[in-house]
Amino acid sequence: MTVHFKQDEPDTRNLLDQGSQGVIGTAMSRPEGLAKVTGTAPYSAEYRFDDCLVGVLVTAPFTKGRITGIDKETALAMDGVVAVIDDSRMTARPAQGGAGEAPQQSPRQICYYGQPFALVVATSFEKARHAAKHLPFSYEADDVSDIPLDPETAETEAGDGGMQAGDLAHAMATAEHAVDVSYTTMGHASAAMEPHAAIAQWDGGRLTVHASLQMPNYNISELADALDLTEDKVRIVSRYVGGGFGSKLGLSEETTAAALAAMELGKPVKVVMSRQQVFQSIMRRSESSQRVRLAVDAEGRLTGFGHEARVSNLPGEEFAEPVLQSSAFLYAGENRLLALDVARIHQMTAGSVRAPGEAIGMPVLEAAMDCLAEEAGIDPVELRLRNIPEKDPGKGLPFTTHELADCLKKGAEAFGWDSGPRKPRQNRDGEWWIGTGMASAARVHNVAEAKARVTLNADGTARVQSDMTDIGTGTYAILTQIAAEMLGLDPANVMVELGDTDFPRGPGSGGSWGAVSIGSAVVIACDAIRQSLAKKAGIDADDLKLKDGKLQGSQPRSLSELLDGGNMSEEGHYEPGDISDDYTSSSFGAFFAQVRVNRHTGETRVDRMLGAFGFGRVLNEKTARSQCLGGMVWCIGSALTEALHFDPVDGHLVNCDLAEYHVPVHRDVPDLEVMLVESRDPAASAVQGKGVGELGMCGGAGAIANAVYNACGARLFEFPMTPDKVLADMPD
Amino acid sequence: MKPFDLQRADSLTHASQLCSERNAKPIGGGANLVDLLKLEVERPDRLVDINRLPIAGIERMDDGGLRIGALASNTAVAVDDDVRSQWPVLSRAILAGATQQLRNRATTGGNLCQRTRCYYFTNIDQPCNKRAPGSGCGAIDGVARLHAVLGTSDQCIATYPGDMAVALSALDAQVEIASANDRHRTVPVREFHRLPGDTPWKDNVLEQGEVITAVTLPKPVSGRQIYRKVRERSSYAFALVSVAAIIDMADGLITRADLAFGGLAHKPWHDPRIAEALIGKSPHEALFDKAADILLEDAQGYGENDFKIPLALRTLKAVLAEATGVQL
Ligand SMILES: Cc1cc2nc3c(=O)[nH]c(=O)nc-3n(C[C@H](O)[C@H](O)[C@H](O)COP(=O)(O)OP(=O)(O)OC[C@H]3O[C@@H](n4cnc5c(N)ncnc54)[C@H](O)[C@@H]3O)c2cc1C
Ligand code: SF4
Repeated sequence: MTVHFKQDEPDTRNLLDQGSQGVIGTAMSRPEGLAKVTGTAPYSAEYRFDDCLVGVLVTAPFTKGRITGIDKETALAMDGVVAVIDDSRMTARPAQGGAGEAPQQSPRQICYYGQPFALVVATSFEKARHAAKHLPFSYEADDVSDIPLDPETAETEAGDGGMQAGDLAHAMATAEHAVDVSYTTMGHASAAMEPHAAIAQWDGGRLTVHASLQMPNYNISELADALDLTEDKVRIVSRYVGGGFGSKLGLSEETTAAALAAMELGKPVKVVMSRQQVFQSIMRRSESSQRVRLAVDAEGRLTGFGHEARVSNLPGEEFAEPVLQSSAFLYAGENRLLALDVARIHQMTAGSVRAPGEAIGMPVLEAAMDCLAEEAGIDPVELRLRNIPEKDPGKGLPFTTHELADCLKKGAEAFGWDSGPRKPRQNRDGEWWIGTGMASAARVHNVAEAKARVTLNADGTARVQSDMTDIGTGTYAILTQIAAEMLGLDPANVMVELGDTDFPRGPGSGGSWGAVSIGSAVVIACDAIRQSLAKKAGIDADDLKLKDGKLQGSQPRSLSELLDGGNMSEEGHYEPGDISDDYTSSSFGAFFAQVRVNRHTGETRVDRMLGAFGFGRVLNEKTARSQCLGGMVWCIGSALTEALHFDPVDGHLVNCDLAEYHVPVHRDVPDLEVMLVESRDPAASAVQGKGVGELGMCGGAGAIANAVYNACGARLFEFPMTPDKVLADMPD
Repeated sequence: MKPFDLQRADSLTHASQLCSERNAKPIGGGANLVDLLKLEVERPDRLVDINRLPIAGIERMDDGGLRIGALASNTAVAVDDDVRSQWPVLSRAILAGATQQLRNRATTGGNLCQRTRCYYFTNIDQPCNKRAPGSGCGAIDGVARLHAVLGTSDQCIATYPGDMAVALSALDAQVEIASANDRHRTVPVREFHRLPGDTPWKDNVLEQGEVITAVTLPKPVSGRQIYRKVRERSSYAFALVSVAAIIDMADGLITRADLAFGGLAHKPWHDPRIAEALIGKSPHEALFDKAADILLEDAQGYGENDFKIPLALRTLKAVLAEATGVQL
């Protein structure tokens, strides 16, 4: 049976707190952890199938134009080559997250440098790679001087998220204190460790694809649409994903190509992108230029709030990095202006990279707030506390739980924040200037429709099934805990099976909605089982106390007795209702950082960093903390080192490997401290929790930037703050 | 990867012989060469595996110097007791490079011959005079962040990316080279790498068929030894600028100033005029400025790498200050 729960109202039943097992929220280790660290958890490219052929994508070495001919004969004459696939159904760019339909096809129309347009299939990887490099083809390339590549000069269109209220210009002119500051941020890559990979099998009637994807629930529709198949003819399996960070939200080019090859050749075909291909043809996070205007009265209360941004994307792509998303509600100010523009340029698709929007919007806003705090002579923590609005200042809606003040206060105390007057260049340790900075964190809360099947067996075991994925985040762990808590089982007796579209449709992993959405579906399914058990036991469901596989009470009864040796299975279906019309919901937090800046070289290193985060219920203390830690590592990268560099002549990405795209290394990451400020948010989801997957990187780069200023006096308006930029601005 | 023929050399003579035929290349640890083979930046007809040759040892020489076999791994050299106590700048430079895993693999000979990290060199669809002579230089009008500011030519502005060779240059080490017909020659490290000029495809003075057999260090000298590498992230990144220094003082005067620089040129940069300017002087900031002026007199930036000029100046001054105890 399917039990459907549409959340139009806060869910005050608080079902998870009625469990008796005592495992929810605990720091349980991942059930699949041992398999992962011993290399026995199979990732998509690691399944072994007899007769598996290997395909390598061929990519365009120019920016825009048309492939006019492919000399298949020559390639087919090469050692081991079985086929050259140039089917017009190949996908030429990744689908945006949640698209649910095929992305741009017609691969011969080249829109960006590095676009895949053909697949060479051979008997071994080496042979396929060699032939792919030497596949002769002809093309007509547009003159590079005619191709828009620079967002500064390209044509722009208005993106979503704009709003205007009152008169910002007037507020600025009449303010007691005001700042008007402009920033730039450079593009980012997801840089997941596992490259994009797929193995496709076609049995003549049905396609099975093992692929590294975050959202099989959408990817199945995207792939079926691309191939002109009905969805019942497609199965996607994605049990383990070696990091996605947005880059695997949508169907990507290797999966479609593998599928088409398998269908044409009748044999399994494996396609794994090279690191360079991942960088060049998967999503980038758009660069941005942003302007922030803030006006306060004599008490430091915001009267004007402006945040305008320009991002970029390929012509025709709807996605525009939602830079202003949290600016819409984070701080007060009756005169408001938000505006987003999208420049149309021919670089690879811009799309979701972890925390799209806030990842670059929040650091900029928080850096501007630091300028304002200095201008107004108010402690930065205090300035934020004074400007937490009662209601969403744009929509006038109440918030669901609001943890910002709590996080600011608790974080400041734990960090040892000095609220005295702040001046740069006050602390030195030898060659190093030392300083501190802080920032708020905010990430809009998303939930998505989700289904999961829970089966309780007479032997006291349970099984949870959904096509939801675990992209390294801990889904296997938290669903084990939720089912164990609700059904009163030892977590060792709960088996979670994920990432297979033959199971009920989950929400996919993206937008930080995974845990709370699929968790809600599992709670609903378990609740239905509890209701049936209560009926069988002849008691009220509210009095049902399940623990260690037994119905507790004066006369404990085992589950098998209750189930008469059979099993009980329910499908939980969670659907977010129109509650979002009634509330604004966000996760909140605060970052505090101490950095050191070398006075000779401008090198910046983070000494310590603390984040306090509030996102409703903590489902698993360990996996939640890990998400926050990972987010803070991303803060360090986006503040100091991570940047995509594009050639100014033809726009190709030049630093497309992990040696030259600088994510932080261990030595860049000091002791990070995470505080979880827990609450229950009944309006956010049926688990009373909000999203946490991205929160840890929403603003922290601003805390680091502010600390750089406090340390050495370089007020920078460009991210990342590499030594060259720090030096250029550092007073002597 | 272009198909190639793999031969295992069982003697030095055999190795030079194999290397002198066809378009052959020796392979050491493969930490650089294998990546370039996969990208088809390197397309040799033959690889000569030299790993079985007995040239991995590190031994003291009669004159007090040290001979480091070409196959000694970066790790072995960096942790060698003699190196750490007598030539610490070498150990420090090696440890500032790459990662532990790469250093375990990398050989002394291979590290000296590692190729530039220029983005255009490694992308075979882009112009590059070093990889494809006559095709142009993508970097000059492109992303030149990593590129050289000294000794460039209008053909190529690439840098030599390594760290170890910068220390070897400061130490005035020698490179021992064997070639076919059992001929041997010795070249100072300072003359081993070349400037790009009109032949940017020639990184160094090795001729086809020549194999590095060892690097020798002169007997230890007194003084402070410093290797300072400036980089964006604190490990696993190539130098924006690096300085290797051996500085000695007596009676308040500088008596030795052996300096070499990485990240600035197509070779580890050594300018004898800097030592001349420093030796015999008492250290102070204006003197350091003078040294930096000499170093950077002819420096030319290409836009994105302009910052290397002030950065080199500041790094040099910081190193000299550290070595002499002067406060800046
Ligand atoms: C991601 C990454 C980061 C790195 N970071 C740094 C860094 O920060 N600093 C740094 O210094 N290095 C760095 N390296 C480079 C690394 O140190 C070199 O790749 C390594 O030292 C090469 O040594 P090898 O023995 O593996 O050479 P190989 O790859 O085997 O060979 C390199 C070249 O040397 C030639 N060669 C090898 N042996 C001989 C010989 N005996 N005689 C003549 N020619 C020979 C080969 O033909 C080839 O052309 C990095 C490398 C990578 C991949
Ligand atoms: S700088 Fe040298 S290596 Fe780089 S593209 Fe130009 S010629 Fe090639």
